[in-house]
Amino acid sequence: MFAFGWLLVPMYDVFCEITGLNGKVTGPSSLSEESLAITEQRELLVQFMTHNNESMPWFFDSEKSQMRVVTGNQYEATFVFHNTTGKEMVGQVIPSVSPGRGAEYFHKTECFCFERQVLAAGERIELPVRFIIDPALPKEIGSLSLGYTLFDITDRVQTNNEIAKL
Amino acid sequence: MSTVVESHDHGHHGPAKGLSRWLFTTNHKDIGTLYLWFSFIMLFIGGAMAMVIRAELFQPGLQIVQPEFFNQMTTNHGLIMVFGVIMPAFVGLANWMLPMQIGAPDMALPRLNNLSFWLLPMAFGILISTLFMPEGGPNFGWTFYAPLSTTYAPSTVNFFIFSVHVMGVSSILGSINIITTIFNMRAPGMTLMKMPLFVWSWLITAYLLIAVMPVLAGVVTMMLMDINFGTSFFNAAGGGDPVLFQHVFWFFGHPEVYIMILPAFGIVSHIIETFSRKPIFGYSSMVYAMASIAILSFVVWAHHMFTVGMPLAGELFFMYSTMLIAIPTGVKVFNWVATMFRGSITFETPMLFSIAFVALFTIGGFSGLMLAIVPADFQYHDTYFVVAHFHYVLVPGALFGIIAAAYYWLPKWTGNMYDETLGKLHFWLTFISVNVTFFPMHFVGLAGMPRRYPDYALQFADFNALISVGAFMFGLTQLLFLFIVIKTIRSGKQAKPEVWEGAGDLGLEWTLSSPPPYHSFTVQPQVK
Amino acid sequence: MAYIKKVSAKLIFALPLFFSSLIFSEKSDYNMPVGVTDVSESIFELHMIIFWICVVIGIIVFAIMFWSLWKYRKSKGAVAADFDDNFWLEIGWTVAATLVLVWMAVPSTQVMVEAYDDAEGEINILITGHQWKWHYEYLEDEVGFFSNLSTSQEQIDGEVPKGEFYLQEVDEPLVIPTNTRVRFLITGNDVIHSWWVPDFAVKQDAIPGFINTAWTNVPEPGIFRGACTELCGIKHAFMPVVVRAVEREEFDAFIAEKVALAEEERMLTSKVWTKDELMERGESFYAVNCAACHQANGQGIPPVFPALEGSQIALNDSSKHIEILMEGVQGSAMAAFGDSYSEVDIASVITYTRQAWSNGENGDGVIVTPQDIVAYKNRIDL
Repeated sequence: MFAFGWLLVPMYDVFCEITGLNGKVTGPSSLSEESLAITEQRELLVQFMTHNNESMPWFFDSEKSQMRVVTGNQYEATFVFHNTTGKEMVGQVIPSVSPGRGAEYFHKTECFCFERQVLAAGERIELPVRFIIDPALPKEIGSLSLGYTLFDITDRVQTNNEIAKL
Repeated sequence: MSTVVESHDHGHHGPAKGLSRWLFTTNHKDIGTLYLWFSFIMLFIGGAMAMVIRAELFQPGLQIVQPEFFNQMTTNHGLIMVFGVIMPAFVGLANWMLPMQIGAPDMALPRLNNLSFWLLPMAFGILISTLFMPEGGPNFGWTFYAPLSTTYAPSTVNFFIFSVHVMGVSSILGSINIITTIFNMRAPGMTLMKMPLFVWSWLITAYLLIAVMPVLAGVVTMMLMDINFGTSFFNAAGGGDPVLFQHVFWFFGHPEVYIMILPAFGIVSHIIETFSRKPIFGYSSMVYAMASIAILSFVVWAHHMFTVGMPLAGELFFMYSTMLIAIPTGVKVFNWVATMFRGSITFETPMLFSIAFVALFTIGGFSGLMLAIVPADFQYHDTYFVVAHFHYVLVPGALFGIIAAAYYWLPKWTGNMYDETLGKLHFWLTFISVNVTFFPMHFVGLAGMPRRYPDYALQFADFNALISVGAFMFGLTQLLFLFIVIKTIRSGKQAKPEVWEGAGDLGLEWTLSSPPPYHSFTVQPQVK
Repeated sequence: MAYIKKVSAKLIFALPLFFSSLIFSEKSDYNMPVGVTDVSESIFELHMIIFWICVVIGIIVFAIMFWSLWKYRKSKGAVAADFDDNFWLEIGWTVAATLVLVWMAVPSTQVMVEAYDDAEGEINILITGHQWKWHYEYLEDEVGFFSNLSTSQEQIDGEVPKGEFYLQEVDEPLVIPTNTRVRFLITGNDVIHSWWVPDFAVKQDAIPGFINTAWTNVPEPGIFRGACTELCGIKHAFMPVVVRAVEREEFDAFIAEKVALAEEERMLTSKVWTKDELMERGESFYAVNCAACHQANGQGIPPVFPALEGSQIALNDSSKHIEILMEGVQGSAMAAFGDSYSEVDIASVITYTRQAWSNGENGDGVIVTPQDIVAYKNRIDL
């Protein structure tokens, strides 16, 4: 039973990734064979939201807060990161798609959320997200909202590096 | 399998004398007594915390304590009542009664039994001591959701985690003991389907404990890792998920609440049977119902989490499975009523508490059924409606079961009858105050008062004042119970072995003297 | 005994009537509100159906039980029967119970499907739960603001009488247009909070790192008050939700005003500020955003919330002071304010805390201006 409790953790991850539950999708994804075969396209609204988790002082925003897109086509959205502090910091962006069941249809082929971002003091960069909305998206889902939360993981990375050196 | 019990005399020896008796005892009756007194003391400590809560909530505004302390009170009141009162009390009753009810001289693993008990004062000593540390004790609710209980917790959270681990070990060891005892030491002729219902209730409860206490251990260990070792089980920044905490916790938490009620079901069946002078209606259904409740309890956990953002299919599944549990529970209520129907009923104190149990637990069950309905739950979740529900099933539910058992078996344990007039007075004062305290919580919750609030908007003021008055009355009345228990131990009319009219045929415990011999059954009885 | 029986008999009839009258009043202290949306009304009706089914079952079961307890008293000579089972009766009531539950599950599922609608929202609002306030951002218009409890500490401490909307009033309510499908996107900034408006029957947890979604469509204007419903720390009871639904024109005017104000703030950053102007602005900012932890008198609650009065940083180290406000303090409850508040607000509150209480006499007297904050952000030497 204890083992089951521990196994719940990776099981939970796998389960959520497969089903896209809780809006959680990590890593790049692309369309399946069936989806590629769908020729019908529909329009929907994609929204971007950015949020800094507490204690994260960077400026982080999307250039456009929403786009009208068509399923099956690739799009790009640009985001600005600006480290306004006096020291080098490491940030990690965690994506979340709403509604949760739409997450598996939101294919990000390139995203800054796949890796952590290291910015020097005062550094400002612009990074893209490239995505395709799966044509198999159920029609009850009228819009997809992609929320990005930026976390400060400078300390966590530092600690891990120290442990790695041991 | 049953062990052979040797019948030779060990010579006259009884318990050791003084403090050593209680520290080193391996006798199931002594250990039962230790658990019961421990639980009684914890009842007053957890109760005092409830009094602080209700004193602050007596009026809107912050008069008596600040939110920092209030949150510690709500958290520790919950932890103490769940882990320090209800669970140890049922274990104490199990220790006292199971060997006698199955015709055994003691539990299967007597030294393990001693350890299981003494772990508890240690665990609670640690937990309660955190309240006196500079950062204060745990303040994140008894359900300790992350990240409030990880990143944002006071550093005393590590003591809390350790304390929970120790409590868990105690429960697991105790359950191993109970299962081993029940499977190996029953008197010949006592097949499983001839076992008393209290024994059945504890067999099932013990399996639940072994299944889920390790899950609790897992979740607090993950917390410990997140807090101290840089992991991210419940931290989105590292790829984790706070909702994972809730899933793992409630996977433990839901069976836990059935752990807290199943033994009461067993007790109440015995008492109603005795005082209706009629065998319990539908014995096999009672067994199957308890087993079904236990199995179903594993697939309903997310009904505590309907607002976290689960997909529709998930929410519907948990709604249906939760509603299903109402069926075996309802069957049990019908069977208790059918036992009373066309019986020959007297109203001694244990029977009064048992009748109140059936009526008020059922009300708690109805509010539970309402909570199961997901869209309606959007309006009930985290309000006082939930607080009303679980207090109804735990106070006039589990606690009344424990009190009823105490009155029912005190004459057996002590050899003295308790004072019936005082017992009835205790009952009526408790019954009235419990309802004055917890019934209005339904209203105030429906009207919109959230839980874990030290202060509230003005429209909730009148009911809160009433609830507080009821709570003070309820708390004070339990001092009367303490008085009654002590009085019974020290004096009272001599109790017969049978104690209650006709009980002799109802269970092996009634064939022993009151109080029973130190080793209960030294000669194994035969069961027909 | 007989007297008690007579009174009880009367109560059995009187109580349900009494309770029904209470329960059926629209805005009652006893019952869930009907609310103002289609979904909230469906939920109310479902709640009442389930409630009445429970009442009926309860009456039947309790009637049989109390009747048995009365009729089969040994004191009145009842002799116990000896049956202890009845197979068909047990099957019967088990099947009956199952059917009742299925009967309840059908409307429950229907209302669920109604509430779980994922259609596009006409207006999308990002709601973020903070310790201990809500942040509302209108995504289409890119304008947002914090919503703080506006009940005074004196009312909470009982020093002045409590107002009508004690603990249910905020400085900046969420404003939404009527007859519009409003979609809420809900997340948390630190711990888990939960956003609840009973009149809309909307409740979703605000979880850091994740976005939850809810929607509503309010037909008539009004003010609707809700609460945070997930324990989130010491001020869990002090971060209410207030929503104002207004006609579309009024909503558009509100948004236009907010956009203009944001533009003004940007202009304000470059104007020349006097010490007194900064102090005035800083004092009100402090009261709303800092006093909860650092206290109105600047004494804090050490060790968790340091005192600002007499603090070395506030007296002598304005660079560190700016850094703390902008970036927060890792591993503590001090959040980074840099990304949530304007340069004007940050400069004002720093200036205020450097001058307030006894700090003005004992400190180095350095004043921080909005331009200093801009410079900090762009790494120009101070």
